[in-house]
Amino acid sequence: MSKKPGFFGRFYMGFILFFLYAPIFVLIVFSFNSTRSRTVWTGFSLQWYQRLFSDGTILDAFYTTLIIAALAAVISTVAGTIAAVGFYNMRSRWRIPLTQINNIPMMNADIVTGVSLSLLFVSLGSVLQFRLGFGTLLLAHITFCIPYVVLAIMPKLRQIDRNLVDAACDLGCTWMKAFWKVIIPEIRPGIINGLIIAFTLSIDDFVISYFTAGGNIMTLPMQIFAMTRRRISPEINALSTILFMSVLILLIIINVRDVKQEEKLKKRAAALNQ
Amino acid sequence: MKPKYFSIPYVGWMAMFVVAPIIIVFVYAFTTPGGEFTLRNFSDMGIFMPVFFRSFRLAFIATLLCIALGYPVAYILAREASRVQLVLFMLIMLPLWMNFLLRTYAWMSILENTGLLNQFLSFLGLPTVRIINTQTAVVIGMVYNFLPFMILPIYSVIVKIDKNLLEAAHDLGANSFLVFRKLIVPLSLPGILSGVTMVFVPAVSAFVITQLLGGGMVFLLGDLIEMQFLGTAHNPQVGSAISILMMLIVIAFVILMNKFGSGEEKAVGL
Amino acid sequence: MSKELIRLSNCSMAFDGEYVLKDINLYFNDKEFLTLLGPSGCGKTTTLRIIGGFQKPTSGDVFFDGVRINDVLPHKRAVNTIFQKYALFPHLNVYENIAFGLKLQRQNGKKLSKAEISGRVSEMLDVVSLKGFEKRDVTSLSGGQQQRVAIARALVNRPKVLLLDEPLGALDMRLRKDMQSELKRIQQATGITFIYVTHDQEEALAMSDTVVVMEGGAIQQIGTPEDIYNEPKNAFVADFIGESNILDGIMHSDGVVELFGRKFQCLDGGFSPMEPVDVVIRPEDIDIVDAAEGTLKGTVASITFRGVLYDIIVDFHGFKWLIQTTDLSPIGTEIGIKIDPDGIHIMKKSEFSGMYGDYSSFSDKYDDIGDAESELELEEAEGGYET
Repeated sequence: MSKKPGFFGRFYMGFILFFLYAPIFVLIVFSFNSTRSRTVWTGFSLQWYQRLFSDGTILDAFYTTLIIAALAAVISTVAGTIAAVGFYNMRSRWRIPLTQINNIPMMNADIVTGVSLSLLFVSLGSVLQFRLGFGTLLLAHITFCIPYVVLAIMPKLRQIDRNLVDAACDLGCTWMKAFWKVIIPEIRPGIINGLIIAFTLSIDDFVISYFTAGGNIMTLPMQIFAMTRRRISPEINALSTILFMSVLILLIIINVRDVKQEEKLKKRAAALNQ
Repeated sequence: MKPKYFSIPYVGWMAMFVVAPIIIVFVYAFTTPGGEFTLRNFSDMGIFMPVFFRSFRLAFIATLLCIALGYPVAYILAREASRVQLVLFMLIMLPLWMNFLLRTYAWMSILENTGLLNQFLSFLGLPTVRIINTQTAVVIGMVYNFLPFMILPIYSVIVKIDKNLLEAAHDLGANSFLVFRKLIVPLSLPGILSGVTMVFVPAVSAFVITQLLGGGMVFLLGDLIEMQFLGTAHNPQVGSAISILMMLIVIAFVILMNKFGSGEEKAVGL
Repeated sequence: MSKELIRLSNCSMAFDGEYVLKDINLYFNDKEFLTLLGPSGCGKTTTLRIIGGFQKPTSGDVFFDGVRINDVLPHKRAVNTIFQKYALFPHLNVYENIAFGLKLQRQNGKKLSKAEISGRVSEMLDVVSLKGFEKRDVTSLSGGQQQRVAIARALVNRPKVLLLDEPLGALDMRLRKDMQSELKRIQQATGITFIYVTHDQEEALAMSDTVVVMEGGAIQQIGTPEDIYNEPKNAFVADFIGESNILDGIMHSDGVVELFGRKFQCLDGGFSPMEPVDVVIRPEDIDIVDAAEGTLKGTVASITFRGVLYDIIVDFHGFKWLIQTTDLSPIGTEIGIKIDPDGIHIMKKSEFSGMYGDYSSFSDKYDDIGDAESELELEEAEGGYET
């Protein structure tokens, strides 16, 4: 991979990025449009941003999405971490079939996962007297998030020198203490990664929510879908612009910080070598 | 507390929320609404065959387009300097942070008969095109939404290819094209295979894209299943049967593809 | 005299029905430096892990100071371990790594005071000459420095026994030699029992009070380094420790052995008349003389310069011997050899007879000596890890 891509390569890359960003650009531009039109530019205005903050339906859906995503991310990260450590310490005779079952929600079509969970919740609900709603939505989100958390943590566990845990026990730790003092710090990047993946997946999910939420609760993607059947209000454009920009700024901050740290490390290494 | 018992709660969870739902789908697929065993849900499937064919055809086209568009991206990306690589990689993944319904919705603005694309074409004095509410629009939507899932796995495989291997090949007299064809392509095959799985499965079961960009004119398996569960048809038994058949075909396809793929890998001697 | 500290009695260990330790009986004395020596897969690491408490023997008992400790967990044993590749905690710095065990210790139910901990850590840093490295990231240290941190981390807990699992395997030759004497010095200064696992016979001979040679999950010989070298019990030990020519012989009577149809004087006895035996002749115990004066005649087949000595391979009736000598005889010359009675060592026939001691494939044999890195990898695959 030594040769750098030439002009044609760069041009192609630009074309693909244009393809990926064109719709996003359109969305952002039309969030500032002065009329409802999504194809004709009629002038700059911030009215959709103002209206967004007074629109109860959209804000409710947004809060629901955030609460579900936060709960699902935290619960699935805790559960996924414990499960991953358990899998890792199992003999392969058990581990291999269990990790394959763990992969099912990732491999399966979302619509099939959604449909099958809704059938489960309806059947259980008729026995245990509950209806689809916040609880079933949360359960569904946790279910499709855990596999990704396990997937994010397993490679980190495999990287740990097996002797580290033995060393901790040797120095006076019980197994549980070694788990907290050695394993968790070692796999922390994987845990954080898993948490972010789970949160993102949960926020973005439409299909599974659509089948498991029932009629009384709406997440933001469900709200958007309902609106597309009529006409999407540019308030949604405004909300997604805000969300997109926050992510963008967050990423930039993280990267700038990483670059700075890297430079600091380089300087330190250079100083040490002198 | 032994560490291997840590996974017991999650094993219980999986039994409840992963395995049990699938069993229930199977039970539904083989019963009547009254709860009696039947094979009719499958034997009556004939009327849906056109939907099956259309779905798999469009998913195939979308997947092939994703490989055609995504492979060069992954390849170029892997050859960039590491700092540029990181930035480009982020740029490719960033759109995923905007809700996919919205991004698809934005394509409506672009592709509509009076949309931005046609505005642009008439501005240039070119004839306008009719794309919205056709299969083309649906395929564009699929490629747009799933392209990053093709780029990601191919990129992560190519970037790990040992440089010494490429240099050795050059050293043994292979030119760049030969190195690409005989070494890089076979070595990136696992990436392509997992990319295909990541694109094909959501493409074949897509239903939101069809409703937004197909305008109800392009009716696919996802729409069919949704209609059986939440829509007007309301027949979960038939819906379950369709889901099972769809997934069985997908699984058969994936297994076949992996067989073919691992054969290729062996041919390279790895 | 030193007293017995640890005893393994009839210890066996099986993984998935496959025995890697077969009925081991072994005791360790207080304050001694004992080495478990053997090739990869011989069971030495498993033995160590049983003493450390990381594995429970499938059958048999482990005693510490006369108390059975089979079921005592690692953190309750007065034993500390230095692991292969050190197993330092990458997320902690040098100080935190060394203080790890102290922070967990309780005396009369109370934690150690901060002052006591830092005092003991800095004392330890002195011992391993790492003063001033407290705040350093362990991943930024060289192999030798990491090794010292690992030693400090184990010794700071004042264990009665220190277990060392191929601790020098990842270091280069030069550093290894330095660390050998360093370890020996630390052992003598602290008076802690060292149980040392290695596949490097030179290391074992140089450092140990007692060497235990293992192969195939069983103990082949226990003795002082001199015993092991001079009086190997079987062909395996003779071959594994140093270089040996191992020949088939027949014992005629005490002090008389037949080799290649010729009688030789030796010092060993106690065999039945005409008993077939294995005869060990060390390459340095063979004197080269004129072809006419020698007891045996052979042709020089190859010569390798080794610095102080030449290794020469001599063909005697198709059997190739290794001789170490300072005299150079060109390839193809016919030479004679003489062997003093004390250069001939007689062993009983064993399961290893006929497997070792022929130098027909001389160069291959030399290659697998001291190839530390590759042996380490193999050792890890010994099935050692079970929780």
